[in-house]
This record gives sequence, structure tokens and C-alpha cells, in this order.
Amino acid sequence: MTTAATNQHVLSVRNLRVAYSTPTGYLHAVDDVSFDLSAGESLGVVGESGCGKSTMGKALMQLLPPGAQMSGSVQLKDDELVGVSRRDLRRIRGEEMALVFQEPMTRLDPLMKISTHFVEAIRAHRPRTSKSAAREMGRKAMAQMGIPPTRADNYPHEFSGGMRQRIMIALGVVMQPSIIVADEPTTALDVIVEAQILDLLDRLRRDEDLGLILITHNLGIVAETCDRVAVMYAGRIVELGPVEEVFTTPKHPYTQGLLRSVISVDTTELASIEGFPPDLQHPPAGCRFAPRCDQVFSDCPVTDPRLTAVTDHTAAACLLYDGAYPPEHREGAHA
Amino acid sequence: MATDTNTSAPLAEPPAQTDPSSSPLTRLRKRLEHALRPWRRANPGARYLVIAGVLITLMFLVMAVFADTVAPFGQDQYCSDEFFNPENGACIGAGPDEQIPNRAAPSRQYPFGTTDTRFDVLSRVILGARIAFAVVAFSTALAMLIGVPLGLFSGYIGGRFDKVMVLVMDSIYAFPSLLLALIIAFALGLRLEQLGIDAPFVPAAVAVGTVYIPQYFRVIRNHTLSVKEEPFVEAARSLGASRTTIVFRYIFFNVVSSIPVLFTLNAADAVLTLAGLGFLGYGIRFPTAEWGLDVNLGLADSVAGFWWTAFWPGVAITLLVTGLSLMGEGLNDIVNPLLRVKGYRGKVKLSARESLKLAGDRDPDAMEAAPHRAGTGEASR
Amino acid sequence: MATRQGGSGLGRYILVRLALAPIFLLLLLTLLFVLLRILPGDIVTASLAGRASEERIEAARAAAGVDRPIGVQYVEYLGDIVTGDFGEPLSDPRSVGGLVGDLLPATIELTLFAMLIAVPLGILLGSVSARFRDTPLDGGVRLFGIISFSIPVFWLGIQAQLVFSNWLGWLPTGNRISARVTPVDGPTGFYVLDGLIAGNSEFTWTALQHLILPGATLGLVISGVFIRLVRVNMLQTLRADYVESAHARGVAERPVLFRHAFKNALVPVITIMGLQFALLLGGAILTETTFSWPGIGSKVVDFLNARDYVGVQVLVTIIAILIVIVSVIIDIINGLIDPRVRY
Repeated sequence: MTTAATNQHVLSVRNLRVAYSTPTGYLHAVDDVSFDLSAGESLGVVGESGCGKSTMGKALMQLLPPGAQMSGSVQLKDDELVGVSRRDLRRIRGEEMALVFQEPMTRLDPLMKISTHFVEAIRAHRPRTSKSAAREMGRKAMAQMGIPPTRADNYPHEFSGGMRQRIMIALGVVMQPSIIVADEPTTALDVIVEAQILDLLDRLRRDEDLGLILITHNLGIVAETCDRVAVMYAGRIVELGPVEEVFTTPKHPYTQGLLRSVISVDTTELASIEGFPPDLQHPPAGCRFAPRCDQVFSDCPVTDPRLTAVTDHTAAACLLYDGAYPPEHREGAHA
Repeated sequence: MATDTNTSAPLAEPPAQTDPSSSPLTRLRKRLEHALRPWRRANPGARYLVIAGVLITLMFLVMAVFADTVAPFGQDQYCSDEFFNPENGACIGAGPDEQIPNRAAPSRQYPFGTTDTRFDVLSRVILGARIAFAVVAFSTALAMLIGVPLGLFSGYIGGRFDKVMVLVMDSIYAFPSLLLALIIAFALGLRLEQLGIDAPFVPAAVAVGTVYIPQYFRVIRNHTLSVKEEPFVEAARSLGASRTTIVFRYIFFNVVSSIPVLFTLNAADAVLTLAGLGFLGYGIRFPTAEWGLDVNLGLADSVAGFWWTAFWPGVAITLLVTGLSLMGEGLNDIVNPLLRVKGYRGKVKLSARESLKLAGDRDPDAMEAAPHRAGTGEASR
Repeated sequence: MATRQGGSGLGRYILVRLALAPIFLLLLLTLLFVLLRILPGDIVTASLAGRASEERIEAARAAAGVDRPIGVQYVEYLGDIVTGDFGEPLSDPRSVGGLVGDLLPATIELTLFAMLIAVPLGILLGSVSARFRDTPLDGGVRLFGIISFSIPVFWLGIQAQLVFSNWLGWLPTGNRISARVTPVDGPTGFYVLDGLIAGNSEFTWTALQHLILPGATLGLVISGVFIRLVRVNMLQTLRADYVESAHARGVAERPVLFRHAFKNALVPVITIMGLQFALLLGGAILTETTFSWPGIGSKVVDFLNARDYVGVQVLVTIIAILIVIVSVIIDIINGLIDPRVRY
């Protein structure tokens, strides 16, 4: 299942931070997130609502609302995206990286035929493509996603939700980007359509060697579709590793709690994690999960853990593991 | 944590979560903060507009309430106070010198000038505020008393009753409202005359009120339609609450929030409609001071070069309507956050919840906020 | 959401709209009937009382049919309209056809001129305001919109006449042409257009001069409506999901703005534009009265002042018919623009 972690990263994210300014100070929706993605690899990003996973997805394409600030580094192949000019950013969006959103119903312009959407998307990057050629490309992309090309001239409202999501994906991949960020692509759809869409994304990843970032709160989807998983909590990645390893032997207490709260065939009692995520305007000084953690000890509320390698492939940000102490604390802080 | 300067010193215990039930005082403060949050978040420019609107409206309200004290003369007074009999509006024994000069230009004694009927323009402008507020209050009360319950029941009951009501209201709505008001004022005036009832304010007030019934009906009905699907209404129904109880206890308090904005915008519109009726001679009858009527009376003066008689009443109308509209727009901005939060390029400040909302979930059906025709001003063209 | 194939959708939609039009008209006429016949009691007696002898009132009552039961009157009223018999105004010698032929072009000419000012102004200022929201520019435009909405049109008209006509002497006022010019009998009834067609420059010029003040006054006052509307709609479409998606596909700023945000924002504007137009056809009462513009609106007031209930009824019935026609046209235009409404 795991495509060997090659050194050929298509995407390297380092210390990504996103802050929204509010009247009462900054709110750090994404705080110091780092990860890599290889070609043909799929990374699942899971966490509770409001943990910053969607913001992170949009930040990769810099589709943030005004008033948001981001810092850190997002490296796509050899290009640094943070601080890039609007012009280059526009080139990267769609051509290098595609974003598939949560709700397909409102994502297409209601006044525009599907074929025109394709023409627009293609000619935004290849202005010299003729309209008929662009239309033909669109038809091909639609056929690839299982939409009859005869319906290319229909309007968005004439399609069902699942079909629209296919169209959205087709629109995303028509320029053959190297990465797709899918933000809860199936939340609004029913189970059968969900399976179809996930299958489609998986096939694309294999056939086109796409990097896939799948943002979801559904652990089952991650287990089925992804190679690696990043667990986010309160704007941070708390655990990152191969899906199998993380799901069978979770390292972080939060991941453990999350997995306990999943229903499976042999569930007899449903567990949940007590409490609420912290206020991101005033996050706790130490570990952000400390107030809800069942394995909390004296260092937790005061020391902020770093993400550290726990096994060969998995990293976790928890003081139960020595490497998580910041450098100045490391000597003798924890016996 | 370089970014987090206001976090207090490390705590020995796990930091307490923001618990909403900590103490009643905190809760009250929180609630107040929550209520004021949209206001604090509105950008300064928008806030000034709202403040200006409230100030202007308040100024007119004070003027209306204390009109008799503030106004130097009575509305139909054409001589100095000692000769004037407010009972019948006559000036007994006043010689030509004691009379107010006719068509006097603005001066210190008559700041806004006088009319050809020797009335003080300033006094009539001040007294006109009283009529404006009185008629607006009466007519909106009428419109609400009919429109709101009809909307509630129509939305709640649905079916054929709802269909018929919507059709009837739509046809009233589709009609040019000033024309409608004009016909009602005309017909009702005739009827009252026929029956020998002397009620000079009634036709205009009823006419202005009727015009706004469909607006309240629409807004309340549409809101009711969405609220009636809420679980708590379902629960009340399953517990056997009667229809009237459900409508007035459960639904009413949930749809009432849409009234203030509509009220303010309609009030602005109603001032214009009343003035329009007055200008055409079907509003409040002479010699009562009413701005629209006074503009009409000043028409001949204006053309003859005595600009002040028609000028000031019009300024008063414009100011009051502007004030009410500014207030309505401001309230709308505050009540309807859809337009405020996700600004395009402006420096919008976001609250924690909202920014996360932006990042993650989306708010349902933005088109719900599409403006209804309230306050489009067609009433008065 | 109904999933439908395209094709015949538009045709069926138009048919449905056309079929609904008579129902709408029936409702409007019923409303008028209630207002004009029931509310004032016996309208003939009311309007003639004290001004005519008993016998004359009786005769007038019989002629107008108001001595019969109200149900019979209602059926008769509707029947007359179906057969094209609108009644004869008492205070105007012209027939209904002649009256409409004279008044309607004047009203439409004024309304069109006002719309030509208000709509571009509203679209321009409204979208600029939305695009630069919360800047001083936005504040200024909003304030302008609110004030222009708040000014009573009759008062603005009087001030405009005072300044441009009485003081500066730039523009004439009152009526559609100067008294010394003989009207050109053109095919459209729009004097400016008829003058151009006839090649009569003097006539065209005086007609245009007379049109400017009332048209600009009315246009300025209704522009506020469009500014607000365009601004609010643009603010909504600028934050629409499909706009964000277009950005995510790398579509440039300008096409996103115009092709998606602007176009979608204009859909409701077109509806309101049509509504305004319909309302102005019968509702430019104040402007027409202020400028002595011989259109439908000022004639209604004339009839009211003359207590000519038949005249009022005739004109208002015609206005109702016009409203129905215009709203059917708006519906069809809407169907052409917005594929979603063709159900």
C-alpha cells in the first residue's frame, strides 16, 4: 500500500502558519505545520472540525480570505509559493495544483454551461487554445470522470451532486496538475457516490502519478484511500505517519482517542474525547491537548511539544516521547 | 510562541477551558460582548453612517415631541402671539403691523422665511415632524398588525390558504405603491365624507399603511416557512400544542428579529409616501403643517422667486428619510452578517468562530440574504 | 433541485408565464374593483354629491351601473374589459384609445430616459462600491445612494426647475415641447425619436430640451435603488463559492470579476429594472405632476382632482394591464438569462 517514501517530493511544506486578525488579536488557525508529499502519494489530513485542516488546504493555494496572513514555506517541486507574485500564483493554481471543495452544489457558476467552464479553465492557462479544442479537452476530461460528453453543454443545475463533484474533479485535472487537494470531497454526497468519487481520485493518483491531499474528518476514508496520514489538532500536526502504523499503533493520545471514537463492527461501547478544542486566540502555553489528555503529566501544561520521530516512519508531538522536548528543555527535564 | 504575546505566564494546572457556565456575571458580559460584536466589527466608516442616522432621527424625534415648545409660531398662526387664538386659528384685532409679513425672506426673526399665507416656515417645518412621525407610527402599526399575523399563519398553515394569500399580496405588491395609496386615500376620503365622518388623518394614514402590508407579510411568511421546520416546533407539535400557541409562542419570537430592519426601511419609505400624497393634495389637509403639502403650497412661490417656502420642507423630508435609511442600512449590516464577514478585498476583521467557519464549513444559502424590495423607494416616484 | 434536460425548457417556461398572465391581471383588476367601487360606497354619488342635481346623479348612477348589485357590477366590469370597452372619461373628450395614444408615449419616453441615466449609474457606482468595499469610496457611494433615495422627487424637480430654468435659463420646463412648435405626427409618439425620423431638428431639439430636466431628476432619484441593489448583489457574488473555485482554477482576476461575479449579480438587477419600469409606467406620478409632463401619471391626478371616477378607473385599468405585460416580459428575459428559472 505504501509507495516507498522517495526523495522526490512534489510538495514540501515547512513551518506553515496562517493567522486571521480579529478585533481581539490574532487567531492561529494553522500553526507551524510541516510535511512532505511525493508524486503518486496520498496523504490524509484528519482532525475535528475547526482544527485548521481546511485552512491548511486553502493556504496551500493561498485562497485565504482577506485579513488572513500566512508565513512559512510551501515548496512545489522547485518553486517556492509563499510570497510569489499574483501572476505566478495564478499559473500554479489549476496548472500545478487543483483544489476540490466540499460542496459541489455551489461551486459551478449557475449561469455558465459546463463546457464554458472548461474553456475558461483551459484558456486561463493556455490562452491560445481554440475554443473548440478546449471544449474537446473538456469532453475528454468529463468522459474520463464518467460523465457522458453529450452533456457538456448542460448547465450546472441539470446535474446531481455526485455528477457535479465529478465535473469539479474533471475541471481540476484537465490541466494535469501534479497535486490535488481534496477538501472533504464527499461530505455532501451519499455513501455510494462517495465510494465512486474516492475510487476516481485513487485511480487518478495511480494513473497520473498525482499527489493527493485528502482532507477529511472520516477516518474510514483515510484508511481506505491514503498512504500516510497527518492528524491535526488545534492548528498543529500531532501525528504523522503511514496509515497502517498510525491506525494500528497510534502514538499520540489524541490519535488514540480519535480511533477509540470510531464505530466498527466489534464496537461495544463508543468512546469520546472529553472537553473542547482550545481557543486558538489564546492557546494553552504547553501542549494544546493537555487539558483533554488522559495521559497528562506535570510537564504537559508548561512545555510545548515538537513533532518528533517516534519510529522509523511515524512522528508525534507528545512529551511521552523524549524528542518532543524543545532543545533547551531536553537535558534532564524528563526522567 | 512568538505570535502569542498575551498568553499569561505558564500555569501549574491544566489551563481551564473557556467554560460558558463559569459565573452569571461573566455570562452576562459574554452575552453583551456577543451582542455588540457585530457593532465593534463594523468598519468605522459604516459605524459613522449608523451613528449619523440615529442622531438625525433622534433630532427629528425630539423636534416632534417638543414641537409646540420649539416652534416659534403655531402652524396656522399669521400674527404675533397676543392676538392669536389657537382655538380657531384666527387673529382677532391684529392690525397689518402685528401680522407676520407675507413672503418675507429668511431673516433673524423668521430664519426660514414666511409663506404667502403669512405662516412662519420654520414653525411649519418643526410641526411637520410631528405629523410625519404620527402618520408613520400609525401606518406601520397598521401594516404590522395585519401583515405579521397573516404572514405567520399563511407560512405556518401553508397549502391553499397560503397560495391564495401570496397571490393577493403579490398583486398588491405589484401595483405602484404611490398610485395605490393615492386611490385608497381618495376613495376612503370620499367614503368618510359620505358618511359624514370628519377624520382628516385617517385616509392618508390608512393609505400609507396598506401599501406596506405585503412587505411584512412576505418577510414574515418566508421566515416562518424556514422556522417551522425547526426541531423545536416539531417537538411542540408532538407535545400537542395548539396551532395558535405554536405560531405565537414558538414561531413569532423567532421571526420577530426580521422586523426591525424592515420597520426602519419602511418608515423611511412611508415618510416619502406621505409627503408624496401631501404634495398631490391627498395627504393631510391644509392648514395642518405637513412637509409634502408645504412643498406643494410653495410651488407658486418657488417659481416666482421666493425659493424658501418650498425649499425647507423638502430639506426636512430628505434629512429625516436619510436618517432613517442610514439607520436601516446599519441595522441591516449588523443583523445580516453575510455581507459583512467575508469581504473581498477590504480589511475585514474576523472573529474566531467566523474565521474558522470561513476556513472550513460554509454558511448555507447566501442567496437568502438577497434584498427584498423593502426600501427600494419605488413608493414615491 | 429539479434535474431537467434543457431544450424545450424555455418554450414551456414562456407558455406557463403567458398562461399565468391573465390570472395575475384578474387579481389586479379585482383589487382595483374593490378599491374603486366597494371602498367608497357609491362612488358616483360620492363624487357628484353637492355638485349636481338629484336627477343627474340618478342618471349618472344608472349610466355607470352602480345602482345594480355589486356582483353584477363586477362581472360587467370584467366583461367590458374583455370586450375592450373601458368606459368614457367624464372630464376628457378623448376616447380611451386617443387618451392612451397621447399619454403612454410621453410616459414611456420619460421613463426610458430616466432608466438610461439610472441603470448605468447604478451599475457603475454599485459595482465599484462593492469591489472597493469598506473604503472611503464605498462610503461615499453608499451615502450618495442613500441620499438620492431620500430626496423627494417633486422637491428635487422644483429646485432643478428653479436653478436650471428660472435662474440660469438653460432649460425649458413644463410640457413636452415649446408652445410655438407644432408637434410632428410621428409613428412612435416619442417626440425625440419622431423628430429624428421626420428630420425635423428644431422639433427634436425642443423635445430633448424639455425631456432633460424631468428625465434627469427622475433618473437621479431612482439611481439610488440600483446602486444599492448592484452593490449588495456584487458583494454576494464576489464571495460566492463558484468565484472562489474559479480563482482556484487559476482564472485571472478580471474574467472572474466580470464573467462570474458581475454577470450573476446582474440577474436580480434585471428583474428589479423591469419592475421599476413597470412601476414607473403608472407611478411616475410625482415627476409628471411636478414638470407638467402630459403622461399617464399626471392624468390620473387630473382625473382624481376632477373626481372623474370613470377616468381614474380607465387609466388605472390600463396601468394594471401594462404591469402584467411588463412583468411577463421580465419573466421571459429572466428565463433567457438564467437557466435555473426555466422549470
